[in-house]
Amino acid sequence: MPPTLTAAEAAEPTEPLLSVRDLSVVFELDEGRVRAVEGVSFEVRPGQVVGIVGESGCGKSVTMRAILQLIEHPGRITGGEILYRRSTAPPRVIDLARLPPRGRLMRTLRGAEIALIPQEPMAAFSPVHTVGQQVIEAIMLHAQHRRSDAHAISRHQARAMTIELFRDVGLSMPEQRLDAYSWQLSGGLRQRAMIAMALSCRPRLLIADEPTTAIDVTTQAQILALLRELQRKYDTAIIFITHDLGVIAQMAHYVVVMYLGSVMEEGPVDDIFHAPKHPYTKALLRSIPSLYGETRIALPVIAGALPHPLNRPPGCPFHPRCEEVIPQRCAHAVPKLQPVGVRQQVSCFVYQDLAEPT
Amino acid sequence: MTGLPADGVPPLLDVRGLRKYFPISKGFFQRVVGHVRAVDDVSFAIQEGDTLGLVGESGCGKTTLSRSILRAIDPTAGQVLYRTREGKVVDLAPMSGAELKALRREIQMIFQDPFGSLNPRMTLLDNVGEPLLVNGVRSRRERMERVAELLRLVGLRPEFMHRFPHAFSGGQRQRIGIARALATGPRLVVADEPVSALDVSVQAQVLNLLLDLQSRLRLTFILVAHDLSVVRHICDRVAVMYVGQLVELAPTDAVFARPRHPYTAALMRAVPVPDPRVAANDAILKGEVPSPAAPPSGCYFHPRCRFTEDRCRREPPQLREVSPDHFARCHFAEQLSPLQGA
Repeated sequence: MPPTLTAAEAAEPTEPLLSVRDLSVVFELDEGRVRAVEGVSFEVRPGQVVGIVGESGCGKSVTMRAILQLIEHPGRITGGEILYRRSTAPPRVIDLARLPPRGRLMRTLRGAEIALIPQEPMAAFSPVHTVGQQVIEAIMLHAQHRRSDAHAISRHQARAMTIELFRDVGLSMPEQRLDAYSWQLSGGLRQRAMIAMALSCRPRLLIADEPTTAIDVTTQAQILALLRELQRKYDTAIIFITHDLGVIAQMAHYVVVMYLGSVMEEGPVDDIFHAPKHPYTKALLRSIPSLYGETRIALPVIAGALPHPLNRPPGCPFHPRCEEVIPQRCAHAVPKLQPVGVRQQVSCFVYQDLAEPT
Repeated sequence: MTGLPADGVPPLLDVRGLRKYFPISKGFFQRVVGHVRAVDDVSFAIQEGDTLGLVGESGCGKTTLSRSILRAIDPTAGQVLYRTREGKVVDLAPMSGAELKALRREIQMIFQDPFGSLNPRMTLLDNVGEPLLVNGVRSRRERMERVAELLRLVGLRPEFMHRFPHAFSGGQRQRIGIARALATGPRLVVADEPVSALDVSVQAQVLNLLLDLQSRLRLTFILVAHDLSVVRHICDRVAVMYVGQLVELAPTDAVFARPRHPYTAALMRAVPVPDPRVAANDAILKGEVPSPAAPPSGCYFHPRCRFTEDRCRREPPQLREVSPDHFARCHFAEQLSPLQGA
């Protein structure tokens, strides 16, 4: 399936690769319960790039960790489903939320079918092994898991595959880079090596958690171009997490806007940027300085600050900062995510009545 | 708003031929085998009340330059001419610690990381009040009054002064850092990536605060940043650095309307546009910043430049005035069309 937006839209009827339904994650701290993710739902179709955007504490990273079953104590998944469609014939849908995190199936999927590009490649690579060793290990480990591949992969073959991968992600002199330690590589090269590792098992779903946050704009442009190219080449579905609206606009087909653990709005990228519905999305888009707008004027800001996670406001989580707040309603009930227009979904009482008729 | 003295008043800061070389030593006797030219012959001036944006990729010398100006490190050569409150022009570069002490209150810094730059064991009163204590405000009562005033100035409630930094969000901590920088009533403030660690909605708040403080207190800013949209929004002039050298220096509007150096143009192209209808620009800058210990021949930018010609490999270009008040270090600055720039 071609990855262009229109094609991805045209492909709507296909079965989703991943379907997150009403997911909730809670952290039980001594100070109280933190509801990090609260009823989040979205879908990822094969070959689609879904951007998840939100500020710190909005639950975007926790959602991803839940998909990979990497939530650690004191956190746990308290509700909802994470339905993943395996590529086996016939396709089998499994609920990742029900799998034991350390169980055999989850370990087979994690890294092989669902891979992660973490935010900080410096922290993700071990400093005492070469980057090559680490990618080779991943390849060999997952080849073992796949019993159907009757013959296991030899270290020699894995090494050749790794060199090929390194070339793929644009690392010059791949043979030499293989024997480099992560700390010998620059930020950009390290992130490329990380992408090579994530792609090593040809995942069907790639989760990129702020993959360009810690690097320069020029390097960021290189990494984004690389991800776009690889996405087209392998038709991998990507969940792209970022707080940078510019990056989202350039990468995603479909956007999910999160705030304080809940989805505020989701829809095709063009609608989110050109016809945003939720007051939060609108405010977020207004608050970024652009390369073209008027300068040296006060930027419109979102009033107030993000509430403390233990101090989640009742009702709609955004209502204390919202410009369009409906006093009697927003503080008392939580709006549901409902369709507005053809393709967008919004959780906001301003639109609730429009959505009700049918 | 030019780099030239206006109305006969010398600029607040006039940096001339500033260099900072770090020695590379090797072997048992630590013999010096070469130098990292982190800042290499940088000159620019800032008028009082203006904001200069210092941009470039990491490793290009922005931080070393700003630290040399603040005299956190000793420059190797060059002058840092600063006009004091009394109107006297002094050279900060050769000054000793004792001589600098009196001027330190006039030149302050805002740091990038709001989580690492505040002492977690001190209350806001002590964090923000420490510069006051150092500068001889002995009475606690007086410090409390001044801190309360500063907190109000940056949009925080004075009651917060008895709390510790951990109780505050990133944006609030950055406000605290700004309050601390303003404690001594500075005239020149160096802000090193003040908003890059903050969330989008908070970024706007802090940028607005900086603009507001500048107009109220007539502050002069040096803003070190990699985000060009932020630079464009609040700076009057832009200085682009590459491998320790200035490659372009001009008023902000001129730079963004028509960059005269291919590196500046490439930086501008690299910023992702928050509009899905604008196609992603794949004509991106290849490679990385070369090491300032072994820079390329000729123009330092030639290995990554789209327009490289033979001359660029041989002959290092000079920083020259391409159009009035618009300086660029490129042999072909005149030929870089606005179209290629944008």
